[in-house]
Amino acid sequence: MTATRTEAPTIAPTRLADADLDLLLLIRHFELALLDMFGRGELHGTTHTCLGQEYVPVALRPLLTDDDFVFSNHRGHGHYLARFADPHGLLAEVMGREGAVCQGVGGSQHILRDRYLSTGVQGESVPVAAGVALHLKRTEPGRLALVYLGDGTWGEGAVYEALNMAALWGLPLLLVVENNGIAQSTPTVAQLAGSIGGRARAFGVDHLRVTSTDTEVVRAALTPVLRRVRERSTPYVVELLTHRVGPHSKGDDSRRPEEIAHARAHDWYARYAQAYPEQFGVHDERQRAYVAQVVADVAGRPASRWAEADRG
Amino acid sequence: MAERVVENLNQALHALLADDPALTVLGEDLVDPYGGAFKVTRGLSARWPDRVLSTPLSEGGIVGVAGGLALAGQSAIVEIMFSDFVALAFDQILNFASKSTAMYGRRVPMRLVVRCPSGGNRGYGPTHSQSPLKHFVGIPGLSLHEVSPFHDNRAVLAGMLATGRPGLLFEDKVLYTSRMYADGVVDELFRYDLIGPDGDVARVRVDEEEQADCVLVVPGGLAARAVAVARELLLRDDIVCQVLVPSRLWPLDTDTLLPPIARAGRVVVAEESTAGGTWGAELAQVVHRRLWGALRAPVRLVHSADSVIPTAAHLERTVLVQDTDIRQAVKEVVSGD
Repeated sequence: MTATRTEAPTIAPTRLADADLDLLLLIRHFELALLDMFGRGELHGTTHTCLGQEYVPVALRPLLTDDDFVFSNHRGHGHYLARFADPHGLLAEVMGREGAVCQGVGGSQHILRDRYLSTGVQGESVPVAAGVALHLKRTEPGRLALVYLGDGTWGEGAVYEALNMAALWGLPLLLVVENNGIAQSTPTVAQLAGSIGGRARAFGVDHLRVTSTDTEVVRAALTPVLRRVRERSTPYVVELLTHRVGPHSKGDDSRRPEEIAHARAHDWYARYAQAYPEQFGVHDERQRAYVAQVVADVAGRPASRWAEADRG
Repeated sequence: MAERVVENLNQALHALLADDPALTVLGEDLVDPYGGAFKVTRGLSARWPDRVLSTPLSEGGIVGVAGGLALAGQSAIVEIMFSDFVALAFDQILNFASKSTAMYGRRVPMRLVVRCPSGGNRGYGPTHSQSPLKHFVGIPGLSLHEVSPFHDNRAVLAGMLATGRPGLLFEDKVLYTSRMYADGVVDELFRYDLIGPDGDVARVRVDEEEQADCVLVVPGGLAARAVAVARELLLRDDIVCQVLVPSRLWPLDTDTLLPPIARAGRVVVAEESTAGGTWGAELAQVVHRRLWGALRAPVRLVHSADSVIPTAAHLERTVLVQDTDIRQAVKEVVSGD
């Protein structure tokens, strides 16, 4: 049931288009830069990285349109960058600098841009997304509302209230569960009885479990799911067994070394580097340099301003 | 004979649904033939079956769905069957709907009203009789209103939606079956007018009488009771009392409330909330700070006891604020100087 039981993949990853690889690497280097800046005391507050999970939003990217709504959570940098490829705006948001997506008010985990929204309370956005899906069903059929959530989020009642309504009302609501086997510091086995699939089935909602961390394989598995959600206006739960390579937030990883090693063994980054060293080397260096440039650019900007008229 | 408050609310919802094709009304047991636990939504689903939705028992989920509709540029009115249950939607109100108006660094309109039938005196017991408004005072981005027999609910609800700020509308259950006041007339002694921007505050006073011995400020649910007290004070005690009933309780409309209070120099704030952290305490601190020099007595607060609200009528009376409590408070404030 849990991610930790899966064996590390042995077959080589699928070779990716340059654009996909660039996006994966952009997210990776963006978050490594954040951790680096936190380490040097240059960032205020907190952050939650998706190291090891970057392939999820990258796999979904071409399956979504600008008219779909995406709801992200606390671990949302990858989700945002996959949608907008805007590291400047996101870093400025995290740092509270000019050009911030939300003027530095929302920070890492509260972002609204066009049809993309993230919030910091677990499960809260699932009913909200159901409301958006109700609106889409009525006025923009064929579009969907996607919610990213973690395995830990399945402890929240809001998820079930929303799933119930989505099933009853036939709402185009797609729940993308990034099941990384750990909720902050608590293993999934210690906080989730039964299974996510069983919980979805209890509502008569279809569920698909994907164990691969290969961007192309995941994308191929999700393509018919999104088609079905759009065409039938129905909720769907996809559960991706993934691996959180980094800590929950900054330096708070209390896992045993072998558990961290296990997560690392699944990390697409090292495996891809080994399989396609030439392609990887060029793009990895390019994105690393690009992110360094973004950091230098944004760090040099003046503080963001929150105008009185924008204060609600 | 003027319409009953429940009819006024019902007609308001009919009118709003007719006016605004982007409006959805949702809550538990709303659709016909049941038409809501207090019949406020009667007849709505027959006319607008797609926009009047009966939901599962999921207060948090329902307010979340309404927040999603608002986020998508629509309007939503949610009915919470008993306001006690709005506790189940607290996260959506505190952390999503109200926060979203500002936490993304720019003004995001959220046209969302949560209707909350509240108050006791009907023997429904500890978890179906509360006035939970005080728990929502001071949440940035959130407005609090209370239904009164003076304020037309079509204007109130339309105004709340138009602000783009989410709001809670408390509806004292006892009020539903009482009559709206109309044409500026309360009875043969008292008249009323609507003062302040948008006529938000109802001012009840003795005909042609400008000077009052005391101002009594109450939310709409206590309006009729406050008027009865004012009448008795006038006839039995020769005390002239002016009653102010704001439609919007939060943020406080101090510009409208303070001048009459300053003129009288004495004020009693009464509400049905249990003691502690009340709306009246917030009003009192503003009055003390702004009108210290003009006050002839400290602001006097009247509220229900610090207690759960019992079911049996004889016990319920010992906890909930009574007319006699309000009358006594006014007399003490007036005779105190």
